[in-house]
Amino acid sequence: MAGTLPLAFVLAYALARGRFLGKALVEALVTLPLVLPPVVTGYLLLLAFGRNGPVGAWLEAWFGVSVMFRWTGAAIAAGLMALPLMVGAIRLSIEGVDRRLEAAARTLGATRLDAFASVTLPLALPGIIAGAVLGFARALGEFGATITFVSNVPGETQTLPIAIYSVLQQPGGEGAAARLSVIAVALSLAALLAAQWLARRTRVTRDRHDV
Amino acid sequence: MTFEVDISARLGGFDLVVAFETGPGLTALFGASGVGKTSVLDMVAGIRRPDKGRIAVDGNVLFDSATGVNLPPEARHAGYVFQDGRLFGHRRVRANLLYGWKRAAPADHWIGFDAVVALLGIGHLLDRWPATLSGGEGQRVAIGRALLSGARFLLMDEPLASLDAPRKAEIAALVLRLRDELKLPILYVSHDAAEVAMLATQRVDLDARQ
Repeated sequence: MAGTLPLAFVLAYALARGRFLGKALVEALVTLPLVLPPVVTGYLLLLAFGRNGPVGAWLEAWFGVSVMFRWTGAAIAAGLMALPLMVGAIRLSIEGVDRRLEAAARTLGATRLDAFASVTLPLALPGIIAGAVLGFARALGEFGATITFVSNVPGETQTLPIAIYSVLQQPGGEGAAARLSVIAVALSLAALLAAQWLARRTRVTRDRHDV
Repeated sequence: MTFEVDISARLGGFDLVVAFETGPGLTALFGASGVGKTSVLDMVAGIRRPDKGRIAVDGNVLFDSATGVNLPPEARHAGYVFQDGRLFGHRRVRANLLYGWKRAAPADHWIGFDAVVALLGIGHLLDRWPATLSGGEGQRVAIGRALLSGARFLLMDEPLASLDAPRKAEIAALVLRLRDELKLPILYVSHDAAEVAMLATQRVDLDARQ
């Protein structure tokens, strides 16, 4: 998740403001995990990151690591599934910022980067937070891509929904399933509340730390 | 010469060709809407690029296609007062005023914060959010923000257009003080002949041409 946010931000910015060859293709590829059956996404990840897959072989050769059946693999699957939602929300919020405000900042002495950091970014911040929360919620609920890609290894690749599904497969697992569901509800609720609190706080802090 | 402008640019459906040289004081760019008055200000400010030509202010070349000079907006020392104010909605008035001031070199601080606040009469607005300001108040803050950025000249785009009559008179009086007391060269866009007659020391007419 922490790794996905910067990537999502760069993609969102490029799609919102950039004009480049193949933009439509990048846009389609970013959105793909949203519309593809998760199991297919997981299978494609398996092909790419497996020991004989292009990325998997490269990781093995250069770093001697493999993400197969590891929590890192589960994180990759969750991040990829969260990406379209994050990019969508962040892109909308960047597009919603009036570009003429950036021009005004430039005439007041701000470099391009400074104008972006001091004007566009804070104005887009609520959308960025919303994107991060959406992504987190999506990652939390990851099931199909993860189980296809890195299987169901307790303590490594078992996401919350996979764990709930597993205990329900066993006789007498209802109690455990209920407990895990409570955790899921609590985590989701906490994420939403944190997002609201952050969005409210940004306005105050921004004013206090004016640069 | 104060403003030296000799530029051409393709804008939407027509070619903008403008050439003028001005003395000190306030130069009004006069013409109907849609003839590219605002585009000229944008090109002097550096947020729009002419296809070719030359722009200099007080002898400093800001743009010259012949020698490849094209200073970025942040290096032009322009105080641009936009028609729509363009205050930063996520910062209070005080922070808006200080935005350019903090980015200017100390040598460019030719006017102090308190002096600007007193000149514009905006002391009671400092802790307000831009969204809560009236049109006239917003325009004053926008002027103050431009002055404090270390501006060596002002670009004003119809600063009176959205105001009611009493507010118009107030801001017009203020513009005259900027012209006469601060001795700032001003390039002023307007389509109102009476306004131009009252404020301008020099007038440049822009005509639509194909």
